[in-house]
Amino acid sequence: MSTTLVVAEIVDGHLDESTRELVTAALALGGPVALGIATEQPAGLLAETGIAGVDQVVTVQLPPGGFDHEVYRSAVEAMIERIAPKVVLLAFSIRSAAFAGALAESAGLGFAADVIELRIGADGELVAVKPVYGGKVYAELGFDTGTATVVLARPNVWAVADDGVVPSTVVEIDLPEVATRVRHLGYQAPESSGVDLKRAEVVLAIGRGVGSQENIEIFARIAEQLGAVLGASRPLIDAGWLPPAHQVGQTGMTVKPKIYLAFGISGALQHLAGMHASKTIVAVNTDQGAPIFNVADVGAIADINEVAEQIQQQLAARGVSA
Amino acid sequence: MKTVVCVKQAIDVPGFVELDSAGTDVDAPFMEPDLNEADTYAVEEALRLRDEAGEGEVVVLTAGSEGADAALRKCLAMGADHAVRVSCDAAVLHDPIRVARSLAAAIRTQAPELVLCGVQSSDAAQQSTGPALASALGLACISVAKKIELGSADGSLTVQREFEGGLLESVALALPAVLTVQTGANIPRYGTFKSTMRAKKAQIEVVEPGDIGPAASHVRRMFVPTSDGGRSIEMIPGGAADVAARIIQIVQEVS
Repeated sequence: MSTTLVVAEIVDGHLDESTRELVTAALALGGPVALGIATEQPAGLLAETGIAGVDQVVTVQLPPGGFDHEVYRSAVEAMIERIAPKVVLLAFSIRSAAFAGALAESAGLGFAADVIELRIGADGELVAVKPVYGGKVYAELGFDTGTATVVLARPNVWAVADDGVVPSTVVEIDLPEVATRVRHLGYQAPESSGVDLKRAEVVLAIGRGVGSQENIEIFARIAEQLGAVLGASRPLIDAGWLPPAHQVGQTGMTVKPKIYLAFGISGALQHLAGMHASKTIVAVNTDQGAPIFNVADVGAIADINEVAEQIQQQLAARGVSA
Repeated sequence: MKTVVCVKQAIDVPGFVELDSAGTDVDAPFMEPDLNEADTYAVEEALRLRDEAGEGEVVVLTAGSEGADAALRKCLAMGADHAVRVSCDAAVLHDPIRVARSLAAAIRTQAPELVLCGVQSSDAAQQSTGPALASALGLACISVAKKIELGSADGSLTVQREFEGGLLESVALALPAVLTVQTGANIPRYGTFKSTMRAKKAQIEVVEPGDIGPAASHVRRMFVPTSDGGRSIEMIPGGAADVAARIIQIVQEVS
């Protein structure tokens, strides 16, 4: 079997948990697994490569500075040249998506993003399943095995691989000469606020279904009464109805509460990426075809404003004060 | 300055769909095509840059069949100056790499200083046409741009891009470049009745993609998922009161 290259997702100088999910996805393909690490100080991350199933580590040292997708692309290109994998796995994140399409285009590789299932078909083809048309339909794609295929896997779908021993084989690759065309000026951390979605046991998240900004008030109130933190999907943030600190999703917070109440959220990919791993997902939506119901444990086809009113009334009847 | 904005006629489908006879796509009557919402932010950004500079041209470009012209006309109604469509098979539309190469062919002819794309399409959600397009054109690319500022006449650009968790990075780069524009970067304008009428009659230039390389993938089949990840769903019966009662019960079980 040919090797699968897992490209580590590095956030804040550490291997992101999604890397271990990629290892699980890679192991299912049957071949050896190489873990690729491109960062400023790869040696400092070797201790984190003890992941069950990883056979070897490939490192590329990057120059200091911000995230430059062209530098990153050439680092991964160099890994591919050395390892000659048939499948290159990356997390479907903003960082990876910023260069993976360019990598596939320039190197003439197969490509699929937001993949939720990966296997070798009975006919030997690499088979990737990804949601299409807003997640209401899944497409099963087959890839030509003549070239390598770049796959961006949706986070929180595969299980996290267990701890293992740090691989003894570490291949160091030099970064090819690459002209940097983008100059890093600085980072700006998101404004801190009292909204602690990360630590919340219960998240009550609202989406477009709230209808208007005035309707948000009641959800904020019942969230407080239920001991939940108020979350929101991207469109509400874009509309300026709630500050960005409330956003759950790919560009917002990734949360794993015990209970995630999704009110009027259709379940666009960007949102699912941020809450898919919640223990119990409760979805209320008027559209029974909404993709959120594909990930929900409990569902209801109902008007969320009516449900909110009922929750408030029933809590009041039990003597829960606002 | 000339800006090309790449847009997509994205497909939405209703809750119930039937597949075509080959089983490799949704049957056409169930497809609800419309201009990809994320692309409207890219169009607005191009129009804003043009209007603020008081000069320039905004060309909207799509890859697709004649049906995709409707998306271009929406952009013309918003205020774009010119529309171009690259002929593209439905099969190619599932492969962002070959879509990018198709778009690149038309962009080379247009020779713009700036190329904008939406951050992702609502139907395929791969976030990859922009980066692949930059590669095909040999240009620098910044994804998920929230704020775009043109430098003073020296062809430079300052961009604020967004990462996970709302982290922002400011970068500087030289034109020409490709940017994907984040949703919420601006408030996209709507076409007026008059501009919509005018857009209906506007000429749309149709060009050929040339050599876009061989297909590396094909759609084996499509299917409607029943339940994701083996979760079985409990549907709450009854009205809003019943739904509310069950939700309160679920929350109180953990607290």
